[in-house]
Order: sequence, then C-alpha cells, then structure tokens
Amino acid sequence: MSDGIKKFMFVNTKAPYGTVYALESLEVVLISAAFDQSVSLVFCDDGVFQIANNQNTDGSGMKNFSPAYKALGDYDINKLYVEKESLEERGLSLDNLMDLTYEDEDDDWAEKPSIILVSRAELADLMDEQDVVISS
Amino acid sequence: MAMLHTVNKSPFERSSLNSCLNKSKEGSSILLIEDAVVGALKGTKVADDLSAAIANKNVYVLGSDLNTRGFTEADILDGIKTVDYAGFVDLVAEHSNVQSWL
Repeated sequence: MSDGIKKFMFVNTKAPYGTVYALESLEVVLISAAFDQSVSLVFCDDGVFQIANNQNTDGSGMKNFSPAYKALGDYDINKLYVEKESLEERGLSLDNLMDLTYEDEDDDWAEKPSIILVSRAELADLMDEQDVVISS
Repeated sequence: MAMLHTVNKSPFERSSLNSCLNKSKEGSSILLIEDAVVGALKGTKVADDLSAAIANKNVYVLGSDLNTRGFTEADILDGIKTVDYAGFVDLVAEHSNVQSWL
C-alpha cells in the first residue's frame, strides 16, 4: 500500500489465565499502536472470555490484566470484533462482556462502543480484507 | 475408594473433559480447575454432558479460578459444587487416587 498503512488484525482465540497467549497478544497489540497502523482485534472461540466482565483474581493471586483492554480506545484501537456464535456456544451474551468504549474525535469526542458483534460469516469476510492477520 | 479426576483445559478447545466424562466411574469425583472452569457455566454446548454426569458423579469447580475468569456460583450449572483451595486439598485426601486429565 502506497501510504504505508497496513490493516492488522489480531485474532484472540484462547481463554485468559490458563495460558499466556491472551496477555502476550494484548502486549503486542499495545506495542502495535505505536506504529500508526490500522489495528483491529477479534475475540472468537475461547477468546471471548478474555473480555468477560467482573474478572476477580484475588483468590488465585494472578495478575488481573483485564482493565488494560479498557485502554485500547485511547490508543485508537476501537474495532473489537466479537463472534456471536462463540458467545452463544458458551452461554454468554454481550451483557457478560466489559463495557469497552472509545471517544470519536470526528464526532465531538462522543463516547461510542468499541465492541462490534459479528457473525462467523462476517468475520471470514473481515479476515479476508486484512494485510496482516496474527492469531493467538 | 473412589477416584478424583481433575480437568484443567477448556472443553470448547480440547476433548479432555469429554474423555474424563467417558472414562470416570459412577460415584467418582470430577474437579474443574484453571481453564476448565468455563465448562461449568450454564447454557453452553457442553452443559448437557455435564448435567448427565452430575446425576451419578460428584462435580466440583475451583471457585477462585471461576472468579478469576469473571464468573461466580450463580453462573454455573445446578448440582456443581464450588470448592476453595482447602476444599481441593480435602478432595485429594478423601479419594484413593487422583487422575489429571491434561
């Protein structure tokens, strides 16, 4: 692409805490924000658990990194695609997810939802449009 | 004495819970830990299999791992009991053997 901006998509498919994939992906995403690329995230399969609300690690003593997802909007990462079928297979709905938002600079900094619910078929089309797809 | 089975992988990603359910005997106990705790949630595609197991086996979930992932006792299937770390130790002590399904 002539302007040097590529479309990056980070696909999150793993539950948090049991493995390190979710945390590592989040760190790469935050680093990528420094390079002025077009970045979107996908949460599908067990990846939907990464943005579950009310995560409380007091009992397990692990680091609760879920608040960091709320910072994505401040890094202009505001396209978080969540696969509808993945939620349904796990007995979940949007109500189980964190309220992730961004402020739209083109609309007087109005606060808008970052989470976009998409079907499996829509997700396939979105992946097809990307320059780079990184799965974890 | 009965066997204690532990499962630590999400049933949506691995088949270890399914293997455990198929190979555990009546009266044995199954403890869901780490990423496996999400299998205890209501309304999932594995809920029927787990509900069938509850009829003749004891099914437990580690509460702190459940809370870590954003869920509480109110979110899990009826008949699944929540235990804490001390309860985990009790279960190990009460059973003749432990089989870890990895």
